[in-house]
Amino acid sequence: MSSPSGDARHLPAQRGGVWEVVIGMEVHVQPRTRSKMFCGCAIGELGDAPNTHVCEVCLGLPGVLPVPNKAAVEACLKTALALGCEIPRHTKFDRKNYMYPDLPKGYQISQYDLPMSINGHLDVGGRKVRIRRVHLEEDTGKLIHAGDKLHKAWESYVDLNRAGVPLMEIVSEPDLRSADEARDYAIELRTLLRTIGASEAEMEKGQMRAEPNISIRREGSSELGVKTELKNINSFRALHRAILFEVERQKQLLEAGDTVVQETRGWSEAEQRTFSQRSKEFAEDYRYFPEPDIPPLELDRAWIEDLRRGLPELPAVRRARLVADHSLPHRDVAVIGADRELADLFDGAVAAGAPAKQVANWIVAEVAPSGKLPSAQNLAELVKLVSDGSITRDQAREVLVESVETGRTPAEIAAEHGHKQVSDESELRVLAEAVIDANPKAAADFRGGKKQAMQALMADLRKRAPQANPKVANELLLKLLG
Amino acid sequence: MTDDLTQLTIKEASRLLRLGSISAADLVTAHVQRIERLDQHVKAFLRFTPEVWEKQADEADRRLRQGDAPPLCGIPLAVKDVLCVRGVETTAGSQILKGFRPPYTATAVARLFEAGAVMLGVTNCDEFAMGSSTENSGYFPTRNPWDLERVPGGSSGGSAAAVAAGEAMIALGSDTGGSIRQPAALCGVVGMKPTYGRVSRYGLIAFASSLDQIGPFARSVDDAAITLSLMSGLDPLDATSSDRAGMEVLNNFGAGVKGMRLGVPREYYDVKGIEPGVKSAIDAALAVLRTQGAEVVEVSLPHTDYGLAAYYIIAPAECSSNLARFDGVRYGMSEVDAPNITEQYLETRRKGFGSEVRRRVMLGTYALSSGYYDAYYLKAQKVRTLIKRDFDEAFKQCDAIVSATSPTVAFPIGSKTQNPLSMYLCDVLTLGGNLAGLPGISVPCGTSHGLPVGLQVLGPQWGENVVLRVARSYEEASGVKTQVADVV
Repeated sequence: MSSPSGDARHLPAQRGGVWEVVIGMEVHVQPRTRSKMFCGCAIGELGDAPNTHVCEVCLGLPGVLPVPNKAAVEACLKTALALGCEIPRHTKFDRKNYMYPDLPKGYQISQYDLPMSINGHLDVGGRKVRIRRVHLEEDTGKLIHAGDKLHKAWESYVDLNRAGVPLMEIVSEPDLRSADEARDYAIELRTLLRTIGASEAEMEKGQMRAEPNISIRREGSSELGVKTELKNINSFRALHRAILFEVERQKQLLEAGDTVVQETRGWSEAEQRTFSQRSKEFAEDYRYFPEPDIPPLELDRAWIEDLRRGLPELPAVRRARLVADHSLPHRDVAVIGADRELADLFDGAVAAGAPAKQVANWIVAEVAPSGKLPSAQNLAELVKLVSDGSITRDQAREVLVESVETGRTPAEIAAEHGHKQVSDESELRVLAEAVIDANPKAAADFRGGKKQAMQALMADLRKRAPQANPKVANELLLKLLG
Repeated sequence: MTDDLTQLTIKEASRLLRLGSISAADLVTAHVQRIERLDQHVKAFLRFTPEVWEKQADEADRRLRQGDAPPLCGIPLAVKDVLCVRGVETTAGSQILKGFRPPYTATAVARLFEAGAVMLGVTNCDEFAMGSSTENSGYFPTRNPWDLERVPGGSSGGSAAAVAAGEAMIALGSDTGGSIRQPAALCGVVGMKPTYGRVSRYGLIAFASSLDQIGPFARSVDDAAITLSLMSGLDPLDATSSDRAGMEVLNNFGAGVKGMRLGVPREYYDVKGIEPGVKSAIDAALAVLRTQGAEVVEVSLPHTDYGLAAYYIIAPAECSSNLARFDGVRYGMSEVDAPNITEQYLETRRKGFGSEVRRRVMLGTYALSSGYYDAYYLKAQKVRTLIKRDFDEAFKQCDAIVSATSPTVAFPIGSKTQNPLSMYLCDVLTLGGNLAGLPGISVPCGTSHGLPVGLQVLGPQWGENVVLRVARSYEEASGVKTQVADVV
């Protein structure tokens, strides 16, 4: 995929050659679980009334203890396996200590030196991006300020609905070289997470947060430049734009002889720029130490193997198969390969005997944009009705909509509406003659050499007789006008 | 007559209750009257809970009448201020939690309630269980019922003093470095710290999570054993709790010590600062155990000297993190008028915490800091492993370890408050059991200069039944019956 706004991989520099962009990604993903990471509270929705999904555990009241959520551990392990990570035999939780009003215990339970998994990779557009680690932690709450920022606010409110929501942190090595690649990486990661059912990974719903670490260096240099970390990114588009902006900002600083300050910067969607949030010049000391309230987890090998066997076909494998087995064009593979439900629909319809290329066309042109999926059986039947000439494409579109809504079979619906395709030449000849008579100008234009005029004639014909076989009708019109 | 009811053990009281000779209300009233007479001097309790005891005593009497009385039906219980009880002000002996009423009950307490116990009130302790004398309470010091000018030990000094003074039949404490066993010794009652994981810590306001365990105070080994068995066992709310059956602590604990090998660690026997009177009381206790058929052997715990240092790194490190939640944002004391959030934190914690708590938070924060972590916390964890190995080795040569619980008898109030290190040395014989996660008991073994001395028995992991067996055998053979202090 390439971006219409251009790629920042190679920036011409005025002095010292070309800049190379170096990006590592930290992605936080909310695994699909019913309850929070360490207590039984339900996971709320964005916009729920504040502090309605809280209990003594996620409020950090005195004396309460965290109990790890097995579903979250499982989602994290599945993600790690899908990313080809190594799963150690033992893993543990650690405390990351810092005080902030949105952090009820004064520490976040995270993983430090024995994460749930390490050393994986994700292939993005043929490029291997190394994954350093995938670990599990808990989210913090949210502050709502009356006033400006925290230190200027005259009153601040704390909403702890998010506190204790499980998060997987997926950390890449600094292997990405452009805003395009970073965005494609994030999209590919979402596809993978959805495919394996580990997360819905909706950025807009806060289920996935991407935090790129960005630095630039002279091409050919092996040293890393000073990096900044970007936060508050709520969409793939914002991710792309924020990186483009930040790269340009760093480039201008360095070319003016200034230095980049290591810091966390926020992306302002309104202003389309990044701004300084927190300087990391004096690195915060989180005083990590092993969480004494949770015994180290022993990761049972048999369980891991069960999870590995239970993984569905991964997107990369699926794409390769779509090309190898069905010779689908890149465009179709990109759409069908990116969504497990679409891919399953494709496989199901093909297995039910429908021709692959036409199934792909229907999925890409009709099913994917509508977001409403028919059953594989019904799609296969629909494709066959069109390809054997029983109904027209226009009729088929209507039938598809109705079939999705009612679940009834396309054959039933077509029969009920009296849909059929008329290919009989004598019947169609009468129709074609009537169309030519009714559209004398278009007919004259066509005869005069304006080939586009045929479109108007065909449109009128299809309006009069949707059941007409367009191919036969077109040939008749040509013959009559010729 | 009513005072007699405050001298009973669970077994004796239960018999009278079941016979109908007394009611739960009588038993509670007797204790409340004694409290009214004595606690102004002892000051074991921080708060009383008449709203709780009235309901629970009624319920106990109803069940007694119905004939389905549970094992602790009507037994008066005191609860250390670190254990949350739903709706009852619980403050961990700290001003910072003043007014805090938890909406949940600690699992251990809830289980004793289910077993029919009647809660009389909340007992005093060192703030956040940090201390060995109860002088670090954020409210007032508790006094030793045997000598009101002396400390009851700590941190569970209120619970120990309440049982010793006949103000409660049993009490709950928490033991992080000796906070049950040491005050039990100084007050002349039985106090037991279970194996780490035996009793759920849910609802225990944490001091040092990897060391804390909840345990009972009682007037007899039997009472301690039955209480412990009833509060033990797996709790889905505590991931560190064990699924071992609580009743296993009672496994043949009445079998006596004949044929048992009891190890006396030379590092404990000759510990620096041990008082001659304590030592001779221990010698006498060992002689009693020998006459019961136990073989007393010398063992060694070679890393004992490093235990205190390791303990005073690990415990403060964990406490520095555990106490971070007391930030004045959600509950407890809050200096909301501070100009910004940092000042709010600083002011709240400066006013809310006492000096010992602040000292330990600072020690722990330092020990965990980047650049110091390896030299302090990590090193301390290595020492902890060595100490565990010491015990593993020792238990290859003996079934249980016996020693004094405290090198000294109860000391005068104020005598150690100016020197924190001298106070820390109170735990030198007990904290090894916490570092290694082992079960231990302190059982009265006579007096020195008229003040109680405690005999400590430590067992291997999950060996509560062994510990109780030794303690019970000693108690029976020595005839040293736990006495209720006369006070005034």
